[in-house]
Amino acid sequence: MALTVALQLVALCLLAVLGPGVVLTRDPVRQAIAVSFFGLVLAATFFLFRAPDVALSQLVIGAVALPLMILLALTKVKNREAEQAQTKQAEEGGS
Amino acid sequence: MSGGARAVLAGLGIAGVVFVILWGAVDLPAVGHYLGPYGDVVTPLAVFARHSTDAVSAVNFDFRGIDTLGEEFILFTSVLGVTLLLRQSEEGAKGEGESEDRAQGRPTPSTGDAVRSFGSGMVGLLVLFGTYMVTHGTVTPGGGFQGGVILATVPLLVYLSSSAEIFERIAPRRLVEAGESAGAFGYVLVGLFGVIAGVEFLRNVVPLGKTGTLTGGGTTVLLNLTVGLEVATGFVLLMLAFVDEALQRRRRAQR
Repeated sequence: MALTVALQLVALCLLAVLGPGVVLTRDPVRQAIAVSFFGLVLAATFFLFRAPDVALSQLVIGAVALPLMILLALTKVKNREAEQAQTKQAEEGGS
Repeated sequence: MSGGARAVLAGLGIAGVVFVILWGAVDLPAVGHYLGPYGDVVTPLAVFARHSTDAVSAVNFDFRGIDTLGEEFILFTSVLGVTLLLRQSEEGAKGEGESEDRAQGRPTPSTGDAVRSFGSGMVGLLVLFGTYMVTHGTVTPGGGFQGGVILATVPLLVYLSSSAEIFERIAPRRLVEAGESAGAFGYVLVGLFGVIAGVEFLRNVVPLGKTGTLTGGGTTVLLNLTVGLEVATGFVLLMLAFVDEALQRRRRAQR
């Protein structure tokens, strides 16, 4: 019991550090990894507070699906930027 | 707005949020000392009336199965939306002779030995664990949704430890799309069992098995299977869109 309480406190303290950490990370790619790690610790916290079902959902969404979607969106944005840069180059080269 | 005014406004907002959270947390019962009536009602109902030892699954797939149907279709339409949005730009790249390009066996950045052996070693384990999670929703925590995402990470792992080409070979788009539709339709079909039997939609009409076994919860295991299929294929479809984007970029870099 004492061990559970100690682990709960550790998990809560880790969350208090990791949450601002995600916000203060400025590079979106690094932020995706940071938010994934935050999700992992949040899942562990749910588990320690005896909510295994919610912990599992949090694990798959917070640590896997959300970072994946962020990376997907970032790839899309970068692709479009590269495309635009290429068209610009081509236009400048042609004129 | 000047920097100082913005800082004051943000400070006020944060102070307000902190105050409301602390205010709400003052009278919270201690951990594990649940006060509401619903939990005490649902736990015996799940075990004795529905033969399911996981009360959360009994609630999600039986007592309020219609909500889960809605949730499943939220995911279905989201995946549909993402696929549609990403497809627009693919049209342009198709004109460049995509299939030709892919067949040439372009050199790809090689994966490290550690990633490759760890990734391929995990594949079997993850398939087993995902299937366990999908099928055992009635008995233990987890279920179709969680298991589905775990199953969907298997092709992702194959992609990370081998190549995009192999990923697209083991997860052919048409098959994945068919799987997603079948999963979404399967849920409705199980719901219609009730209508066919002459009672309400989604009523648990399949005979309940022994408590603590997979078939204990009647329709619960069937609904879990359909949700597992829908979620796994839905996420693989998202990854296919991602891999397409990555392939496009690599192709452009080589030009």
